Amino acid sequence: MSELWNSLLRLIQILIGIAAILLPLLAVVAYYTYAERKVIGYIQIRIGPNRVGWRGLLQPIADAVKLLMKEIVIPSQADKTLFLLAPLIAIVPALSVWAVFPFDLGLVLADINAGLLYILALSSLGVYGIIIAGWSSNSKYALLGAMRSAAQMVSYEIAMGFALVGVLVAAGSLNLGMIVEAQKGHLFTWFWLPLLPLFGVYLISGVAETNRAPFDVAEGESEIVAGFHVEYSGMAFAVFFLAEYANMVLISALTALMFFGGWLSPLPSAWTGDHWLLGDGFHWLLLKTFFFMFLFLWLRATFPRYRYDQIMRLGWRVFIPMTIVWILVVGLAVVYRLPPWWSV
Amino acid sequence: MAQKLIFYLFAIITLWSAVMVITRKNPVHAVLFLVLTFGTSAALWILLEAEFLGIALILVYVGAVLVLFLFVVMMLDIDLAALRAGFVHNLPLALLIAAVMATEILLLVGSSEFGLEQFPKPAPLGAEIDNTRELGRLLYTVHVYPVEIAAVILLLAIVAAIRLTLRRRSDHRSPDPARQIRVERSERIRLVKMSPEDVSPLAPASCPENSTASN
Repeated sequence: MSELWNSLLRLIQILIGIAAILLPLLAVVAYYTYAERKVIGYIQIRIGPNRVGWRGLLQPIADAVKLLMKEIVIPSQADKTLFLLAPLIAIVPALSVWAVFPFDLGLVLADINAGLLYILALSSLGVYGIIIAGWSSNSKYALLGAMRSAAQMVSYEIAMGFALVGVLVAAGSLNLGMIVEAQKGHLFTWFWLPLLPLFGVYLISGVAETNRAPFDVAEGESEIVAGFHVEYSGMAFAVFFLAEYANMVLISALTALMFFGGWLSPLPSAWTGDHWLLGDGFHWLLLKTFFFMFLFLWLRATFPRYRYDQIMRLGWRVFIPMTIVWILVVGLAVVYRLPPWWSV
Repeated sequence: MAQKLIFYLFAIITLWSAVMVITRKNPVHAVLFLVLTFGTSAALWILLEAEFLGIALILVYVGAVLVLFLFVVMMLDIDLAALRAGFVHNLPLALLIAAVMATEILLLVGSSEFGLEQFPKPAPLGAEIDNTRELGRLLYTVHVYPVEIAAVILLLAIVAAIRLTLRRRSDHRSPDPARQIRVERSERIRLVKMSPEDVSPLAPASCPENSTASN
Protein backbone atom coordinates (compact mmCIF):
# COMPACT_ATOMS: atom_id res chain seq x y z
CA MET A 1 0.00 0.00 0.00
CA SER A 2 2.76 2.42 0.97
CA GLU A 3 4.52 1.51 -2.28
CA LEU A 4 1.45 2.53 -4.24
CA TRP A 5 1.20 5.72 -2.20
CA ASN A 6 4.85 6.51 -2.94
CA SER A 7 4.43 6.00 -6.66
CA LEU A 8 1.33 8.23 -6.53
CA LEU A 9 3.37 10.95 -4.83
CA ARG A 10 6.07 10.51 -7.46
CA LEU A 11 3.41 10.81 -10.18
CA ILE A 12 2.13 14.07 -8.71
CA GLN A 13 5.70 15.33 -8.46
CA ILE A 14 6.28 14.54 -12.14
CA LEU A 15 3.02 16.22 -13.16
CA ILE A 16 4.01 19.39 -11.30
CA GLY A 17 7.39 19.23 -13.03
CA ILE A 18 5.70 18.92 -16.43
CA ALA A 19 3.47 21.90 -15.68
CA ALA A 20 6.47 23.92 -14.49
CA ILE A 21 8.18 23.29 -17.84
CA LEU A 22 5.26 23.50 -20.25
CA LEU A 23 3.46 26.59 -18.96
CA PRO A 24 6.49 28.91 -19.26
CA LEU A 25 7.32 27.23 -22.58
CA LEU A 26 3.87 27.99 -23.98
CA ALA A 27 4.18 31.58 -22.74
CA VAL A 28 7.55 31.84 -24.51
CA VAL A 29 6.02 30.38 -27.66
CA ALA A 30 3.12 32.85 -27.55
CA TYR A 31 5.44 35.81 -27.18
CA TYR A 32 7.84 34.39 -29.74
CA THR A 33 5.13 34.92 -32.35
CA TYR A 34 4.82 38.51 -31.14
CA ALA A 35 8.60 38.96 -31.18
CA GLU A 36 8.71 37.57 -34.69
CA ARG A 37 6.21 40.11 -35.99
CA LYS A 38 7.93 42.94 -34.15
CA VAL A 39 11.48 42.00 -35.16
CA ILE A 40 10.63 41.36 -38.79
CA GLY A 41 8.58 44.55 -38.73
CA TYR A 42 11.53 46.62 -37.61
CA ILE A 43 13.87 44.88 -40.05
CA GLN A 44 11.47 45.85 -42.83
CA ILE A 45 11.04 49.38 -41.38
CA ARG A 46 7.50 48.79 -40.15
CA ILE A 47 6.22 48.96 -36.60
CA GLY A 48 4.56 45.58 -36.34
CA PRO A 49 1.57 44.91 -34.06
CA ASN A 50 0.89 47.96 -31.90
CA ARG A 51 -2.86 48.13 -31.31
CA VAL A 52 -3.75 45.52 -28.67
CA GLY A 53 -2.34 46.56 -25.31
CA TRP A 54 0.73 48.69 -24.73
CA ARG A 55 2.87 48.46 -27.87
CA GLY A 56 0.82 45.49 -28.98
CA LEU A 57 1.92 43.35 -26.05
CA LEU A 58 -1.47 41.66 -25.75
CA GLN A 59 -1.49 40.69 -29.44
CA PRO A 60 -0.69 36.96 -28.85
CA ILE A 61 -3.62 36.72 -26.44
CA ALA A 62 -5.93 38.40 -28.92
CA ASP A 63 -4.72 35.98 -31.59
CA ALA A 64 -5.30 33.00 -29.33
CA VAL A 65 -8.85 34.13 -28.53
CA LYS A 66 -9.53 34.73 -32.22
CA LEU A 67 -8.30 31.26 -33.16
CA LEU A 68 -10.30 29.66 -30.36
CA MET A 69 -13.52 31.28 -31.59
CA LYS A 70 -13.04 30.22 -35.20
CA GLU A 71 -14.77 27.27 -36.73
CA ILE A 72 -12.69 24.19 -37.51
CA VAL A 73 -13.55 23.37 -41.10
CA ILE A 74 -13.12 19.75 -42.13
CA PRO A 75 -12.91 19.17 -45.90
CA SER A 76 -15.73 16.95 -47.15
CA GLN A 77 -13.54 14.14 -48.51
CA ALA A 78 -10.95 14.32 -45.72
CA ASP A 79 -9.99 11.41 -43.54
CA LYS A 80 -11.63 12.93 -40.49
CA THR A 81 -9.85 11.00 -37.73
CA LEU A 82 -6.39 11.54 -39.15
CA PHE A 83 -7.21 15.12 -40.05
CA LEU A 84 -7.92 15.91 -36.39
CA LEU A 85 -5.13 13.66 -35.10
CA ALA A 86 -2.39 15.30 -37.20
CA PRO A 87 -2.01 18.52 -35.15
CA LEU A 88 -1.74 16.40 -32.00
CA ILE A 89 0.91 14.19 -33.58
CA ALA A 90 2.81 17.35 -34.46
CA ILE A 91 2.70 18.89 -31.01
CA VAL A 92 3.20 15.88 -28.73
CA PRO A 93 6.85 15.23 -29.74
CA ALA A 94 7.54 18.97 -29.74
CA LEU A 95 6.49 19.17 -26.09
CA SER A 96 7.67 15.80 -24.79
CA VAL A 97 11.32 16.36 -25.79
CA TRP A 98 11.54 18.90 -22.99
CA ALA A 99 11.35 16.07 -20.44
CA VAL A 100 15.09 15.41 -20.70
CA PHE A 101 16.18 19.00 -21.14
CA PRO A 102 18.41 20.20 -18.28
CA PHE A 103 17.82 23.84 -17.34
CA ASP A 104 20.58 24.05 -14.76
CA LEU A 105 22.96 21.72 -12.97
CA GLY A 106 20.68 18.84 -11.92
CA LEU A 107 17.51 20.74 -12.78
CA VAL A 108 15.94 18.23 -15.16
CA LEU A 109 12.69 16.29 -15.14
CA ALA A 110 14.11 12.96 -16.41
CA ASP A 111 17.88 12.65 -16.15
CA ILE A 112 18.32 9.75 -18.55
CA ASN A 113 21.62 8.49 -19.93
CA ALA A 114 20.52 8.51 -23.56
CA GLY A 115 19.09 12.04 -23.44
CA LEU A 116 20.56 13.18 -26.73
CA LEU A 117 19.29 10.07 -28.49
CA TYR A 118 15.85 10.58 -26.98
CA ILE A 119 15.69 14.13 -28.30
CA LEU A 120 16.84 13.04 -31.74
CA ALA A 121 14.30 10.21 -31.83
CA LEU A 122 11.35 12.30 -30.69
CA SER A 123 12.10 15.24 -32.93
CA SER A 124 12.19 12.82 -35.87
CA LEU A 125 8.55 12.00 -35.12
CA GLY A 126 7.36 15.55 -35.76
CA VAL A 127 7.34 14.90 -39.50
CA TYR A 128 4.38 12.54 -39.09
CA GLY A 129 2.10 15.38 -38.08
CA ILE A 130 2.96 17.18 -41.29
CA ILE A 131 2.68 14.14 -43.58
CA ILE A 132 -0.60 13.00 -42.06
CA ALA A 133 -2.01 16.52 -42.24
CA GLY A 134 -1.05 16.76 -45.89
CA TRP A 135 -2.46 13.41 -46.84
CA SER A 136 -5.66 13.45 -44.80
CA SER A 137 -6.75 16.90 -46.05
CA ASN A 138 -7.41 15.40 -49.48
CA SER A 139 -6.01 18.49 -51.13
CA LYS A 140 -3.33 18.74 -53.79
CA TYR A 141 -1.53 21.66 -52.23
CA ALA A 142 -1.49 20.00 -48.84
CA LEU A 143 -0.16 16.75 -50.28
CA LEU A 144 2.57 18.57 -52.19
CA GLY A 145 3.60 20.40 -49.04
CA ALA A 146 3.67 17.15 -47.07
CA MET A 147 5.79 15.43 -49.70
CA ARG A 148 8.28 18.27 -49.81
CA SER A 149 8.51 18.43 -46.07
CA ALA A 150 8.94 14.68 -45.67
CA ALA A 151 11.83 14.58 -48.14
CA GLN A 152 13.42 17.65 -46.62
CA MET A 153 13.13 16.55 -43.01
CA VAL A 154 14.43 13.05 -43.67
CA SER A 155 17.43 14.49 -45.55
CA TYR A 156 18.36 17.06 -42.96
CA GLU A 157 17.82 14.68 -40.08
CA ILE A 158 20.85 12.74 -41.27
CA ALA A 159 23.09 15.80 -41.26
CA MET A 160 21.66 16.82 -37.90
CA GLY A 161 22.23 13.36 -36.45
CA PHE A 162 25.83 13.34 -37.65
CA ALA A 163 26.41 16.78 -36.12
CA LEU A 164 25.12 15.38 -32.83
CA VAL A 165 27.42 12.36 -33.19
CA GLY A 166 30.28 14.87 -33.21
CA VAL A 167 28.97 16.40 -29.98
CA LEU A 168 28.66 13.02 -28.37
CA VAL A 169 32.19 12.05 -29.40
CA ALA A 170 33.48 15.33 -27.99
CA ALA A 171 31.57 15.04 -24.71
CA GLY A 172 31.88 11.27 -24.31
CA SER A 173 28.29 11.06 -23.14
CA LEU A 174 24.71 11.11 -24.38
CA ASN A 175 23.47 12.71 -21.19
CA LEU A 176 22.72 16.38 -21.83
CA GLY A 177 23.86 17.47 -18.38
CA MET A 178 27.20 15.72 -18.89
CA ILE A 179 27.56 17.35 -22.31
CA VAL A 180 27.32 20.76 -20.67
CA GLU A 181 29.69 19.77 -17.87
CA ALA A 182 32.23 18.58 -20.47
CA GLN A 183 32.42 22.16 -21.78
CA LYS A 184 33.26 23.62 -18.38
CA GLY A 185 35.78 26.44 -18.42
CA HIS A 186 35.18 29.62 -20.33
CA LEU A 187 33.92 30.93 -23.66
CA PHE A 188 36.68 29.19 -25.64
CA THR A 189 36.38 25.78 -24.04
CA TRP A 190 32.79 25.49 -25.22
CA PHE A 191 32.26 23.12 -28.12
CA TRP A 192 31.42 25.77 -30.70
CA LEU A 193 35.10 26.29 -31.43
CA PRO A 194 36.37 22.73 -31.98
CA LEU A 195 33.03 21.74 -33.54
CA LEU A 196 32.53 24.89 -35.58
CA PRO A 197 31.51 23.13 -38.85
CA LEU A 198 29.17 20.84 -36.94
CA PHE A 199 27.69 23.84 -35.16
CA GLY A 200 26.95 25.49 -38.49
CA VAL A 201 25.48 22.29 -39.92
CA TYR A 202 23.36 21.74 -36.82
CA LEU A 203 21.95 25.24 -36.79
CA ILE A 204 21.12 25.29 -40.50
CA SER A 205 19.69 21.78 -40.37
CA GLY A 206 17.66 22.92 -37.39
CA VAL A 207 16.17 25.71 -39.46
CA ALA A 208 15.40 23.19 -42.21
CA GLU A 209 13.95 20.66 -39.74
CA THR A 210 11.51 23.21 -38.37
CA ASN A 211 10.48 24.15 -41.91
CA ARG A 212 11.40 27.77 -41.37
CA ALA A 213 12.44 30.30 -43.96
CA PRO A 214 14.64 30.06 -46.03
CA PHE A 215 13.76 26.34 -45.99
CA ASP A 216 9.98 26.75 -45.76
CA VAL A 217 9.12 24.97 -49.00
CA ALA A 218 6.60 22.87 -47.06
CA GLU A 219 4.47 25.99 -46.65
CA GLY A 220 5.70 27.90 -49.68
CA GLU A 221 2.97 30.55 -49.71
CA SER A 222 3.85 31.77 -53.17
CA GLU A 223 3.76 28.29 -54.71
CA ILE A 224 1.41 26.02 -52.80
CA VAL A 225 -0.64 28.50 -50.74
CA ALA A 226 0.16 27.22 -47.25
CA GLY A 227 1.37 23.71 -47.95
CA PHE A 228 0.44 21.00 -45.50
CA HIS A 229 -1.88 23.11 -43.34
CA VAL A 230 -3.81 24.81 -46.12
CA GLU A 231 -7.07 23.13 -45.08
CA TYR A 232 -6.70 23.77 -41.37
CA SER A 233 -8.46 26.54 -39.50
CA GLY A 234 -9.07 27.68 -35.95
CA MET A 235 -7.41 25.80 -33.13
CA ALA A 236 -6.30 22.92 -35.37
CA PHE A 237 -4.16 25.39 -37.28
CA ALA A 238 -2.99 27.05 -34.06
CA VAL A 239 -1.71 23.73 -32.73
CA PHE A 240 0.51 23.32 -35.81
CA PHE A 241 1.72 26.83 -35.25
CA LEU A 242 2.51 26.10 -31.60
CA ALA A 243 4.39 22.94 -32.54
CA GLU A 244 6.52 24.80 -35.07
CA TYR A 245 7.44 27.53 -32.61
CA ALA A 246 8.05 25.07 -29.78
CA ASN A 247 10.45 23.24 -32.10
CA MET A 248 12.24 26.48 -32.90
CA VAL A 249 12.67 27.20 -29.19
CA LEU A 250 13.93 23.65 -28.73
CA ILE A 251 16.51 23.88 -31.52
CA SER A 252 17.73 27.21 -30.12
CA ALA A 253 17.96 25.82 -26.60
CA LEU A 254 19.75 22.69 -27.79
CA THR A 255 22.26 24.73 -29.78
CA ALA A 256 22.95 26.76 -26.66
CA LEU A 257 23.26 23.59 -24.63
CA MET A 258 25.48 21.55 -26.90
CA PHE A 259 27.71 24.15 -28.52
CA PHE A 260 27.56 27.14 -26.21
CA GLY A 261 27.88 25.63 -22.77
CA GLY A 262 24.25 25.78 -21.66
CA TRP A 263 24.07 27.38 -18.24
CA LEU A 264 27.85 27.92 -18.03
CA SER A 265 29.13 31.45 -17.74
CA PRO A 266 31.43 32.69 -20.53
CA LEU A 267 33.91 33.91 -17.90
CA PRO A 268 36.27 31.45 -16.19
CA SER A 269 34.95 30.45 -12.78
CA ALA A 270 38.27 31.56 -11.23
CA TRP A 271 37.27 35.16 -12.01
CA THR A 272 33.61 35.07 -11.09
CA GLY A 273 33.41 32.57 -8.25
CA ASP A 274 29.79 31.96 -7.32
CA HIS A 275 28.58 35.39 -8.30
CA TRP A 276 24.80 35.35 -8.79
CA LEU A 277 24.98 37.12 -12.14
CA LEU A 278 28.41 36.42 -13.60
CA GLY A 279 28.66 32.84 -12.34
CA ASP A 280 26.96 29.84 -13.95
CA GLY A 281 23.22 29.85 -13.93
CA PHE A 282 19.93 29.42 -15.74
CA HIS A 283 20.00 33.02 -16.96
CA TRP A 284 22.96 32.27 -19.23
CA LEU A 285 21.05 29.44 -20.88
CA LEU A 286 18.08 31.76 -21.33
CA LEU A 287 20.25 34.47 -22.84
CA LYS A 288 21.92 32.10 -25.30
CA THR A 289 18.60 30.53 -26.24
CA PHE A 290 17.06 33.93 -26.89
CA PHE A 291 19.99 34.82 -29.12
CA PHE A 292 19.44 31.76 -31.33
CA MET A 293 15.70 32.35 -31.31
CA PHE A 294 16.41 35.84 -32.61
CA LEU A 295 18.67 34.31 -35.26
CA PHE A 296 15.71 32.31 -36.60
CA LEU A 297 13.78 35.54 -37.15
CA TRP A 298 16.80 37.31 -38.55
CA LEU A 299 17.33 34.53 -41.10
CA ARG A 300 13.69 34.64 -42.12
CA ALA A 301 13.79 38.38 -42.72
CA THR A 302 17.07 38.23 -44.61
CA PHE A 303 17.08 35.31 -47.03
CA PRO A 304 14.75 34.44 -49.90
CA ARG A 305 13.34 30.93 -50.05
CA TYR A 306 15.70 28.19 -51.22
CA ARG A 307 14.78 26.35 -54.37
CA TYR A 308 13.86 22.73 -53.74
CA ASP A 309 16.73 21.07 -55.65
CA GLN A 310 19.22 23.38 -53.97
CA ILE A 311 17.90 22.37 -50.56
CA MET A 312 18.54 18.75 -51.43
CA ARG A 313 21.97 19.55 -52.80
CA LEU A 314 22.93 21.45 -49.66
CA GLY A 315 21.74 18.64 -47.39
CA TRP A 316 23.19 15.65 -49.20
CA ARG A 317 26.22 16.95 -51.00
CA VAL A 318 27.53 19.62 -48.66
CA PHE A 319 26.40 18.94 -45.11
CA ILE A 320 26.62 15.17 -44.87
CA PRO A 321 30.18 14.87 -46.28
CA MET A 322 31.22 17.83 -44.12
CA THR A 323 29.91 16.25 -40.92
CA ILE A 324 31.47 12.87 -41.68
CA VAL A 325 34.89 14.45 -42.21
CA TRP A 326 34.59 16.53 -39.08
CA ILE A 327 33.54 13.55 -36.93
CA LEU A 328 36.87 11.96 -37.92
CA VAL A 329 38.71 15.17 -37.00
CA VAL A 330 36.97 15.33 -33.62
CA GLY A 331 37.68 11.66 -33.03
CA LEU A 332 41.39 12.22 -33.64
CA ALA A 333 41.39 15.32 -31.43
CA VAL A 334 39.77 13.36 -28.59
CA VAL A 335 42.14 10.41 -28.98
CA TYR A 336 45.23 12.65 -28.97
CA ARG A 337 43.80 14.82 -26.16
CA LEU A 338 43.95 18.13 -27.97
CA PRO A 339 44.21 20.95 -25.40
CA PRO A 340 42.37 22.86 -24.03
CA TRP A 341 39.22 20.85 -24.70
CA TRP A 342 40.37 17.32 -24.08
CA SER A 343 43.64 17.84 -22.20
CA VAL A 344 42.47 16.05 -19.03
CA MET B 1 3.11 -3.70 -10.11
CA ALA B 2 3.07 -0.44 -12.06
CA GLN B 3 5.64 -1.92 -14.43
CA LYS B 4 3.37 -4.91 -15.10
CA LEU B 5 0.43 -2.65 -15.82
CA ILE B 6 2.53 -0.63 -18.27
CA PHE B 7 3.78 -3.82 -19.89
CA TYR B 8 0.30 -5.20 -20.45
CA LEU B 9 -0.95 -1.85 -21.74
CA PHE B 10 1.79 -1.63 -24.35
CA ALA B 11 1.65 -5.34 -25.18
CA ILE B 12 -2.07 -5.13 -25.90
CA ILE B 13 -1.62 -2.05 -28.08
CA THR B 14 1.25 -3.74 -29.93
CA LEU B 15 -0.79 -6.84 -30.73
CA TRP B 16 -3.90 -4.88 -31.66
CA SER B 17 -2.04 -2.51 -33.97
CA ALA B 18 -0.09 -5.40 -35.54
CA VAL B 19 -3.41 -7.05 -36.41
CA MET B 20 -4.69 -3.74 -37.76
CA VAL B 21 -1.66 -3.45 -40.06
CA ILE B 22 -2.73 -6.50 -42.05
CA THR B 23 -6.49 -5.97 -41.89
CA ARG B 24 -6.85 -2.29 -42.83
CA LYS B 25 -8.07 -1.71 -46.35
CA ASN B 26 -6.34 1.63 -46.71
CA PRO B 27 -2.56 1.18 -47.11
CA VAL B 28 -1.83 4.55 -45.46
CA HIS B 29 -3.75 3.47 -42.37
CA ALA B 30 -1.84 0.19 -42.40
CA VAL B 31 1.51 2.01 -42.42
CA LEU B 32 0.37 4.28 -39.60
CA PHE B 33 -0.61 1.25 -37.54
CA LEU B 34 2.84 -0.16 -38.26
CA VAL B 35 4.26 3.06 -36.81
CA LEU B 36 2.16 2.50 -33.70
CA THR B 37 3.37 -1.10 -33.48
CA PHE B 38 6.99 -0.01 -33.63
CA GLY B 39 6.39 2.73 -31.09
CA THR B 40 4.87 0.38 -28.55
CA SER B 41 7.55 -2.26 -29.24
CA ALA B 42 10.13 0.38 -28.42
CA ALA B 43 8.29 1.04 -25.17
CA LEU B 44 8.46 -2.69 -24.36
CA TRP B 45 12.22 -2.69 -24.99
CA ILE B 46 12.66 0.28 -22.73
CA LEU B 47 10.77 -1.64 -20.04
CA LEU B 48 13.42 -4.38 -20.49
CA GLU B 49 16.12 -1.75 -19.73
CA ALA B 50 17.23 -1.81 -23.36
CA GLU B 51 16.68 1.91 -23.74
CA PHE B 52 19.31 2.32 -26.44
CA LEU B 53 17.65 -0.27 -28.66
CA GLY B 54 14.22 1.15 -27.94
CA ILE B 55 15.21 4.69 -28.87
CA ALA B 56 17.18 3.48 -31.88
CA LEU B 57 14.08 1.62 -33.07
CA ILE B 58 12.10 4.87 -32.94
CA LEU B 59 14.91 6.87 -34.51
CA VAL B 60 15.75 4.54 -37.39
CA TYR B 61 12.51 2.75 -38.20
CA VAL B 62 9.80 5.18 -37.16
CA GLY B 63 11.74 8.37 -37.83
CA ALA B 64 13.26 7.45 -41.17
CA VAL B 65 12.28 4.12 -42.75
CA LEU B 66 8.54 4.36 -42.19
CA VAL B 67 8.47 8.00 -43.26
CA LEU B 68 9.78 6.84 -46.62
CA PHE B 69 7.26 3.99 -46.60
CA LEU B 70 4.47 6.46 -46.02
CA PHE B 71 5.93 8.69 -48.68
CA VAL B 72 5.71 5.91 -51.26
CA VAL B 73 2.32 4.58 -50.16
CA MET B 74 0.74 8.03 -50.37
CA MET B 75 1.91 8.37 -53.95
CA LEU B 76 0.43 5.04 -54.98
CA ASP B 77 -3.05 4.82 -56.34
CA ILE B 78 -3.90 1.28 -55.37
CA ASP B 79 -6.99 -0.40 -56.75
CA LEU B 80 -8.01 -2.47 -53.76
CA ALA B 81 -10.78 -4.30 -55.57
CA ALA B 82 -8.30 -5.73 -58.08
CA LEU B 83 -5.94 -6.73 -55.29
CA ARG B 84 -8.66 -8.62 -53.46
CA ALA B 85 -10.15 -10.26 -56.53
CA GLY B 86 -8.65 -13.74 -56.06
CA PHE B 87 -8.80 -13.78 -52.27
CA VAL B 88 -11.20 -16.70 -51.78
CA HIS B 89 -9.68 -18.64 -54.64
CA ASN B 90 -6.16 -18.42 -53.26
CA LEU B 91 -7.12 -18.83 -49.63
CA PRO B 92 -6.47 -22.61 -49.27
CA LEU B 93 -2.98 -22.36 -50.76
CA ALA B 94 -2.21 -19.31 -48.63
CA LEU B 95 -3.36 -21.07 -45.48
CA LEU B 96 -1.20 -24.09 -46.33
CA ILE B 97 1.91 -21.93 -46.83
CA ALA B 98 1.16 -20.01 -43.64
CA ALA B 99 0.82 -23.28 -41.71
CA VAL B 100 4.14 -24.57 -43.09
CA MET B 101 5.88 -21.33 -42.18
CA ALA B 102 4.38 -21.25 -38.71
CA THR B 103 5.57 -24.82 -38.11
CA GLU B 104 9.04 -23.96 -39.32
CA ILE B 105 9.22 -20.95 -37.05
CA LEU B 106 7.96 -22.94 -34.09
CA LEU B 107 10.50 -25.71 -34.74
CA LEU B 108 13.35 -23.24 -35.00
CA VAL B 109 12.48 -20.90 -32.17
CA GLY B 110 9.67 -22.70 -30.40
CA SER B 111 8.96 -22.83 -26.73
CA SER B 112 11.85 -25.28 -26.21
CA GLU B 113 14.27 -22.52 -27.16
CA PHE B 114 12.81 -19.83 -24.95
CA GLY B 115 11.45 -19.54 -21.47
CA LEU B 116 13.00 -18.89 -18.09
CA GLU B 117 14.95 -22.21 -18.14
CA GLN B 118 16.94 -21.29 -21.24
CA PHE B 119 17.27 -17.60 -20.38
CA PRO B 120 17.30 -16.98 -16.64
CA LYS B 121 16.12 -13.52 -15.74
CA PRO B 122 19.19 -11.28 -15.62
CA ALA B 123 19.74 -9.21 -12.52
CA PRO B 124 18.57 -5.65 -13.23
CA LEU B 125 21.55 -3.38 -13.74
CA GLY B 126 21.68 -0.17 -11.80
CA ALA B 127 20.91 3.23 -13.24
CA GLU B 128 24.63 4.01 -13.29
CA ILE B 129 25.31 1.43 -16.02
CA ASP B 130 25.24 3.23 -19.34
CA ASN B 131 23.34 1.06 -21.78
CA THR B 132 24.83 2.76 -24.83
CA ARG B 133 28.40 2.46 -23.59
CA GLU B 134 28.01 -1.22 -22.71
CA LEU B 135 26.45 -2.00 -26.07
CA GLY B 136 29.21 -0.14 -27.90
CA ARG B 137 31.88 -1.94 -25.92
CA LEU B 138 30.39 -5.34 -26.77
CA LEU B 139 29.81 -4.52 -30.44
CA TYR B 140 33.32 -3.25 -31.05
CA THR B 141 35.23 -5.83 -29.01
CA VAL B 142 33.50 -9.20 -28.75
CA HIS B 143 31.37 -8.92 -31.90
CA VAL B 144 33.61 -6.73 -34.00
CA TYR B 145 33.82 -9.07 -37.03
CA PRO B 146 30.08 -9.63 -37.43
CA VAL B 147 29.58 -5.86 -37.09
CA GLU B 148 32.16 -5.11 -39.75
CA ILE B 149 30.76 -7.75 -42.09
CA ALA B 150 27.24 -6.41 -41.62
CA ALA B 151 28.52 -2.90 -42.34
CA VAL B 152 30.19 -4.04 -45.56
CA ILE B 153 27.02 -5.87 -46.66
CA LEU B 154 24.97 -2.74 -46.03
CA LEU B 155 27.45 -0.61 -47.94
CA LEU B 156 27.26 -3.09 -50.81
CA ALA B 157 23.48 -2.87 -50.77
CA ILE B 158 23.63 0.94 -50.89
CA VAL B 159 26.05 0.95 -53.79
CA ALA B 160 24.02 -1.66 -55.66
CA ALA B 161 20.75 0.19 -55.09
CA ILE B 162 22.23 3.45 -56.32
CA ARG B 163 23.79 1.74 -59.34
CA LEU B 164 20.50 0.09 -60.25
CA THR B 165 18.43 3.26 -60.03
CA LEU B 166 20.95 5.69 -61.44
CA ARG B 167 20.41 6.14 -65.13
CA ARG B 168 21.45 8.96 -67.32
CA ARG B 169 19.00 9.96 -69.98
CA SER B 170 20.38 11.78 -72.95
CA ASP B 171 17.24 13.90 -73.34
CA HIS B 172 17.19 14.92 -69.70
CA ARG B 173 17.95 18.52 -68.88
CA SER B 174 18.44 19.70 -65.35
CA PRO B 175 20.03 22.76 -63.82
CA ASP B 176 23.40 22.40 -62.19
CA PRO B 177 23.12 24.21 -58.84
CA ALA B 178 26.88 24.30 -58.37
CA ARG B 179 27.22 26.28 -61.59
CA GLN B 180 24.20 28.40 -60.78
CA ILE B 181 25.53 29.68 -57.50
CA ARG B 182 28.93 30.41 -59.01
CA VAL B 183 27.30 32.70 -61.54
CA GLU B 184 28.74 36.21 -61.72
CA ARG B 185 26.84 39.37 -62.20
CA SER B 186 28.79 40.10 -65.37
CA GLU B 187 27.35 36.97 -67.03
CA ARG B 188 23.76 38.08 -66.55
CA ILE B 189 23.72 41.86 -66.63
CA ARG B 190 25.30 44.22 -69.10
CA LEU B 191 25.25 47.89 -68.28
CA VAL B 192 24.86 50.00 -71.36
CA LYS B 193 25.68 53.62 -71.53
CA MET B 194 22.87 55.51 -73.20
CA SER B 195 22.45 59.07 -74.14
CA PRO B 196 19.58 60.70 -72.27
CA GLU B 197 16.28 60.48 -74.03
CA ASP B 198 14.69 63.43 -75.66
CA VAL B 199 12.74 65.15 -72.90
CA SER B 200 11.31 67.96 -74.96
CA PRO B 201 7.56 68.59 -74.47
CA LEU B 202 5.53 65.84 -76.03
CA ALA B 203 4.20 66.62 -79.38
CA PRO B 204 2.43 64.14 -81.65
CA ALA B 205 5.13 64.57 -84.28
CA SER B 206 8.00 63.67 -81.92
CA CYS B 207 6.64 60.24 -81.04
CA PRO B 208 8.37 58.20 -83.76
CA GLU B 209 11.68 59.87 -82.96
CA ASN B 210 11.33 58.87 -79.31
CA SER B 211 10.77 55.25 -80.09
CA THR B 212 13.82 55.08 -82.32
CA ALA B 213 15.95 56.79 -79.70
CA SER B 214 15.05 54.27 -77.01
CA ASN B 215 16.03 51.42 -79.26
